[in-house]
Amino acid sequence: MSIAWYLAVSAIVFSLGALGVITRRNPLVILLCLELMLNGANLALVAFARMWGNGDGQILALVVMTVAACEVCIGLGMIVAIYRQRLPIDVDDLRELQG
Amino acid sequence: MSTTTYGWLVLLFPLLGTLLIAFGFRSLPARLVGWIGTGAIVLAFLAALATLISLEGHSPAQRQLVSSLWSYASTVGVNGQMSILVDPLSVYMILVVTGISALIHLYSVAYMDEDRGLARFFSYLNFFVFSMLLLVLAGNFLLLIVGWAFVGAASYLLISFWYRRTTATRAGIKAFVINVVGDVGLVLGTYFIFTHTGTLDFLQTFHATQAGAFNGSHGDLVAGCILLLVGAFAKSAQIPLHTWLPDAMEGPTPVSALIHAATMVTAGVYLIARMHPLFERAPAAQDVGAVVGASTLLIAGTIALVQTDIKRVIAYSTMSQIGYMIMGVSVGAYAAGLFHLMTHAFFKALLFMAAGSVIGAMAGEQSLQKMGGFRKAMPFTYACFIIGGLALSGVPPFSGFFSKDEILLIAGERGGWHWALYVVGYLGAFLTAIYTFRMIFRAFHGEPVSEARELEGGHLHHADVPRNPASGEAEDLDVGFPGPTHAIAERALPMRLAMIVLAVGATGIGLVQIPKVDFVIDDFLRPSFASSPLYELHTNTGLLVFGLLLGTALGLAGIAIAYRIWVARPGTAAAIQARTQSLYELLVHKWYFDEAIELLVVRPAVASGRFARYTFERLVIDETIIGGTTGLVRAGSAAVRAAQSGFVRYYAALLVLGVTAVGFYFLLQS
Repeated sequence: MSIAWYLAVSAIVFSLGALGVITRRNPLVILLCLELMLNGANLALVAFARMWGNGDGQILALVVMTVAACEVCIGLGMIVAIYRQRLPIDVDDLRELQG
Repeated sequence: MSTTTYGWLVLLFPLLGTLLIAFGFRSLPARLVGWIGTGAIVLAFLAALATLISLEGHSPAQRQLVSSLWSYASTVGVNGQMSILVDPLSVYMILVVTGISALIHLYSVAYMDEDRGLARFFSYLNFFVFSMLLLVLAGNFLLLIVGWAFVGAASYLLISFWYRRTTATRAGIKAFVINVVGDVGLVLGTYFIFTHTGTLDFLQTFHATQAGAFNGSHGDLVAGCILLLVGAFAKSAQIPLHTWLPDAMEGPTPVSALIHAATMVTAGVYLIARMHPLFERAPAAQDVGAVVGASTLLIAGTIALVQTDIKRVIAYSTMSQIGYMIMGVSVGAYAAGLFHLMTHAFFKALLFMAAGSVIGAMAGEQSLQKMGGFRKAMPFTYACFIIGGLALSGVPPFSGFFSKDEILLIAGERGGWHWALYVVGYLGAFLTAIYTFRMIFRAFHGEPVSEARELEGGHLHHADVPRNPASGEAEDLDVGFPGPTHAIAERALPMRLAMIVLAVGATGIGLVQIPKVDFVIDDFLRPSFASSPLYELHTNTGLLVFGLLLGTALGLAGIAIAYRIWVARPGTAAAIQARTQSLYELLVHKWYFDEAIELLVVRPAVASGRFARYTFERLVIDETIIGGTTGLVRAGSAAVRAAQSGFVRYYAALLVLGVTAVGFYFLLQS
């Protein structure tokens, strides 16, 4: 099977994630969409690794997963903090930082 | 100790005096301050004497000693050493400066006794002496300029000493500004010389000049010398930069005696004498100096005829006498000019001190119109005035007789158009006798005024409300002014002592150099002028005798005329004034120099300043450059600020769009 298919799926997954990040307002859903984007990228990495026949891309995919785990930790921590402050769980309402 | 070590000591003592008084005045008793100041200058005088004795121990060819303490400013092409030049000329100057200064400090101890600013006064005065000594001892142009600027600053501080008098502060500013014009001239002149000789050191400059540093660029040498002359004219109150000197009489009388008669104003004479190897190669500059000196001596003499402020009469007389000296050193009469510098320092300081005593008796009043008949009340001051006046008028055997006639003799010896200088000089001598004795007769002869009667009765007059003699405004008693009680020489021993020494000097100092008899000054100064072809002129005995007789006759005739006008027939002055009204107006307005400078320099400067302030600065600077820049930044930041909405999703969208755009760009490129 041509690598183009893998890349197409990867691009679709990535774009769906990006679309979710841009359109959704709930921070939990935004985190999920970010996860989608990362995994879209991971798919492309693994596909490239396969194409070249070595493990470099897979190692990079493992690194991305680690980063994703860290990012989720921080993101969920922030959501809990927002909840504790009794602030709205809505990124559009959290816009004090503006010019 | 070596000769130059004594030279450094001469500089050290006044500096120490300044610092001690300036930093210690809170803990020092008020009375002690004056004696510390005086003591510092006396020590400097003793060190100067030691320098003289030590210098005399060298053979005449080795009497130009340079000593450098450290490298003051050394960089590519410029080597400014902290160096002094001890040679007969500088030793002569330090002797005059420290000697006269010591006496004037002594006088000030009594004269300024009641002043609240006594410590300030003595620290300024010591600072002045230090600066003046630095000026005359400087071994290179750099230190000369430093000393030159320092004496200007000291002069400013002392003219404005009674700083609550608006007239005094204005006079101080005027003196400072005009002196800065001279400083600029000096610095630019130094530049012109330095570019060709490549050295700041005096002796090396002279050697380089003799070796032909100015060959092919004679114009630069003339320009440099004329710029040096601008400095000399400003410092020595020569036309047209003289208007500050009469106004400087706002300062305390000892200051007038020290700075504006005996020492600082002679700096220009010293400068021309010191730079003689340059000036002799630039005869055009010499001629400028001689003509300006001659016109100053005549114009100042005529103005002095009609002034009514006793100190201003003496101030114009000072200008006139410095005109003689400038003329003298410009025509090559170096020893004569410097000799006149010394005799003038004696009799002019004496005249100022005596005038201070009269002003004390008048409780601060300085107008000759209110004075009269002090002869019986103040016999000592009167005697000093007569001695000073005779010396100034050039009556033998007083000192002015020998020195002035020698200058004019050498001017005559040069021949050609220098005969005009000779005639102007003797005309000036005639005027000198008239205005000097006009002042004496008006202050001391005639009907005694009430102050004089009071003093004869044994009581010194005090004004009910002390007033500024120049403007009539009441004095501020809190910050120091001549004092509610005044000092007169008859009652203050230090003043009397100083005046006695000066009176003896004014009488007898002329005897050190009598034509054809002794040549102390000539011989002493010869090593400094070894390279000058003008120094040894063949003396024409006939002309010499003629000059001496003419000088005596003119001096006596002037005194006789003054006696006739102001004593024998008291109404004569008014009658002459009525007949020559327009001439009188010209002289009372000081030949309209102030008005001319106001019109030609001050008004255009003020107008351009106003244009710059209200038109140029407002439109170009404020609105275009500054307003334009801030407007640009403000508009730019408003645009950027609009992008920062605070919506995280919006940022994310922009990021995605941006990355996509970059990706597309590279795709299309490949």
